[in-house]
Amino acid sequence: MADADETSKQAERNTNVGDGIAVKKQDIARAKNEGKELTKDEKQRLRKEKKQQKKNKKDDKGESEHENVPLPPSQAVVQCQSQKVCTSEKPAKSKAEQRAERRARQEADRAAKGKKGESAQQPPSGKSKAPPNELQPVVKRLPEHVQVDDPAAVRKLAKKLERQQIPVRSEYGYKVSLFSHLHQYSRKAPLTQQISIPSTVIHPYIVRLGLQYSQGIVAGSNARSIALLHAFQKVIQDYKTPPNEELSRDLVNKLKPYISYLNQCRPLSASMGNAIKYVKKEISNIPCLCKEEEAKKQLLSCIDNYIKEKITLAATTISAYAIEKISNGDVILVYGCSSLVNHILCDAFDKKRKFSVIVVDSRPRLEGREALRRLVKKGICCTYVLISAVSYILPEVSKVFLGAHALLANGYVMSRVGTSQIALVAKAYNVPVLVCCETYKFCERVQTDSFVSNELDDPDDLMVTRKGKIHLENWQDIRQLGLLNLVYDVTPPDFVDLVITDLGMIPCTSVPVVLRVKNVDQ
Amino acid sequence: MELQAVLMAAGGGSRMMELTYNTHKPLLPVGNKPLIWYPLNLLERVGFEEVIIITTKDVQKMLTPDRLKLDGKMKLDVVCIQLEGEMGTADALRHVQQKIKTDVLVLSCDLITDVALHEVVDLFRAHNASMAMLMSKLHEFTETVPGQKGKKKAGEQRDFVGVDATGQRLLFMANEADLEDGLTIRKSIMCKHPSMRIRTGLLDAHLYCLKRCVVDFLVENKNISSIRGELIPYLVRKQFSKSVNLPNNKDEVEMSQKMEGQTNLGSCKDEELLRLTQERSCWNDHHGDMSEAYHGGKVRCYVHIMEDGVCYRVNTLAAYIEANRMAPKLIEDPPIHPSAVISECTQVGADSIIGASCQISDKTSIKRSTVGASSTVREKVKITNSILMNGVTVEEGCNIQGSVICSNAVIGRNADIKYCLVGSSQRIEPDGECLTVTQNAVSV
Repeated sequence: MADADETSKQAERNTNVGDGIAVKKQDIARAKNEGKELTKDEKQRLRKEKKQQKKNKKDDKGESEHENVPLPPSQAVVQCQSQKVCTSEKPAKSKAEQRAERRARQEADRAAKGKKGESAQQPPSGKSKAPPNELQPVVKRLPEHVQVDDPAAVRKLAKKLERQQIPVRSEYGYKVSLFSHLHQYSRKAPLTQQISIPSTVIHPYIVRLGLQYSQGIVAGSNARSIALLHAFQKVIQDYKTPPNEELSRDLVNKLKPYISYLNQCRPLSASMGNAIKYVKKEISNIPCLCKEEEAKKQLLSCIDNYIKEKITLAATTISAYAIEKISNGDVILVYGCSSLVNHILCDAFDKKRKFSVIVVDSRPRLEGREALRRLVKKGICCTYVLISAVSYILPEVSKVFLGAHALLANGYVMSRVGTSQIALVAKAYNVPVLVCCETYKFCERVQTDSFVSNELDDPDDLMVTRKGKIHLENWQDIRQLGLLNLVYDVTPPDFVDLVITDLGMIPCTSVPVVLRVKNVDQ
Repeated sequence: MELQAVLMAAGGGSRMMELTYNTHKPLLPVGNKPLIWYPLNLLERVGFEEVIIITTKDVQKMLTPDRLKLDGKMKLDVVCIQLEGEMGTADALRHVQQKIKTDVLVLSCDLITDVALHEVVDLFRAHNASMAMLMSKLHEFTETVPGQKGKKKAGEQRDFVGVDATGQRLLFMANEADLEDGLTIRKSIMCKHPSMRIRTGLLDAHLYCLKRCVVDFLVENKNISSIRGELIPYLVRKQFSKSVNLPNNKDEVEMSQKMEGQTNLGSCKDEELLRLTQERSCWNDHHGDMSEAYHGGKVRCYVHIMEDGVCYRVNTLAAYIEANRMAPKLIEDPPIHPSAVISECTQVGADSIIGASCQISDKTSIKRSTVGASSTVREKVKITNSILMNGVTVEEGCNIQGSVICSNAVIGRNADIKYCLVGSSQRIEPDGECLTVTQNAVSV
């Protein structure tokens, strides 16, 4: 029964789309005959028609759900045909009539809901004004990247990628059961294996960027965001509006497969997500009368401004605030390689503060070596330890500076795996922990543990050669052995004393306020 | 567009004149397909839609799609050059310079390989390299080559290739001929890359990805005539040269400017953002010293070394024979062409290839051999380890072993041919016995 329903709805959808396309073709043919492009009015009208058809399709679905009667296939077909007749007349109805229809439907919904409410318990008075949508089950959509063990979600992703002509990257190796809902890829099987070599579907800069992400050549959330925006600039420069399309809509559609491709190469970071949202918003705000050259120039300058404001100037501001917190004779502990923390320390050294640094590092990435190199090159006195020695050296530390990958809406700090451990031990020793983070990394997600949403890196990175032998070489053959290479973890706000952002020095729990203020501004 | 492919098919095949004096090298049959089919097939499989082929007028006439038996719709853009002046590969590239608008992939028509091309191109893309090339482990040729008594002459010049610890960055490249006083490696290179492996058993596949600015540089410097001989060693040396800071003359300045920067048109903004990205990225290609990624060098050369897989350059007779052995593995077509007429009492081995419209008569035995199109083989013939090109006629009772018979030759009856090379359109008298090679067959 359910299948019949589905197929009938599918047929309905197809006919509706078919109608829409037929109508559009007639218009385009007419316009061509008249010898000019579709005017703005016509384009708007076409768009309205498409929307109308989509809405009708949704209404039908809603109605059939409310009736709760499984339609036999013949009835469904009849309904679909009547719908066909209706839709072809739809453009003729005026706005007022449509509004009246909609109101009548809402009344009917409310009446139905009222009846249900009486039979059940008394709903609180405040809820009686709730919109009829509440009756329909609210589907909370989980992001795709945490549903890898659900075959339906995987199939949906595969279909979406197929539509966008992006190849699917295959999973690699045995996944530890707690994290089997996350993707795990191998660096030796890059996505470029499956795309044609002079890549035609994906812009060459994006292919190069994806490769650099997956091989770790561009790592660190600031570097990834800047590289992403740089690649978008190239894409915009090379973009040509196809005829009968508007730049503001078509360019956004062009960017979607690129973003899927980059996501396949390496899951997007929160900072990249915010940057993409900004770029998409800017593109949609291009007025339609704008010429292509001007529009492109405007977009390029917007992206330049974003980088200047949110990344470069933010770093300067943050380091100005942070320098107040660094006093002479301090011993500062840093973890891994955070571009922002390195910048702060170099600036403080330039301003003649006397301090020394302890760099804590962890396997398998060993990013601390790079931080150590940059600080020592500047002239700062450094000590280098591995994370297993953290509780040993903490009594000597006066402050801990940590970088962040993202700041979540409930005040948790998402950062390189190992950060929460350092924050915990620092709290135990009563050492102040300061997190430095630009506001563009603030993210609306909420997370309280590191399991739900994380990133699994290549498990082969854990293999190490000692005296010419690699002991874990055949780890795949051992059934009970799983290698886990986590990338991120979340630190609760209790362990963080201060967050230094470009808006000032705020406590961890003020992050939602900042997010709210940002949304108001935009 | 990302990459353009340029196929060099104007070479004369100077090291196998016995085969090429009559047939041009790109059209030599290997596994019953012209030699040029193999690189074109590689490009097509990987997804190229257009190829620029540089060749001579005679070869151009033969390069029609049906002759080449290409399945796909790859567009071939054939450019002719005259062979009067000695045109090197770099000169040829300069000749087509107007057509080149992006980075370029140069290959040679005599390359037969099944490499995963994305390995080479990924190195080129990911590290923003100036040059990426393909090399392969040299396979020893085991077949006896007609005309060479004993082992291969040891005078073959070896290539010395120095790669860094990862095996991908190319640090040093020189031919034995240039190293009379011994191998010298500059101290600056050793400081930057303390661990270097020098390999000699490598075959250069002549497949290069070159940046657009390198092509522009070639245009400026007309004294470079060979890509392999001059340009590549120059690029490898240039990675470490200090002349970037102290140009000696105006040419050096222009060269260094062209090599370093991205294109000069467009933005210095480009450079700025790339620099910002590299500054903030916590990645370095080496550890242990104080320099940034790539030691701050702008010119980078990478190499992908194939450890296993098929990779041959058909530029000598031995390579030609070996390639014919390997050809069945690379071609998906059935080894025995459907239009060949083979009678029942013949034995055709599984690793033999029979061409189109062949006629094989009774009681013949064909083992590990290639028989070209439109050949006729009469009764009681034994063919082992041999290559017969197109249109060959073999009369009854012959015994052919380890030989190469060029096109349209006729082998008289009861001839006994061992390890010989029979030239094109030659005739072997009946009952002849050949044991050595000559250009024109000698009957005994």
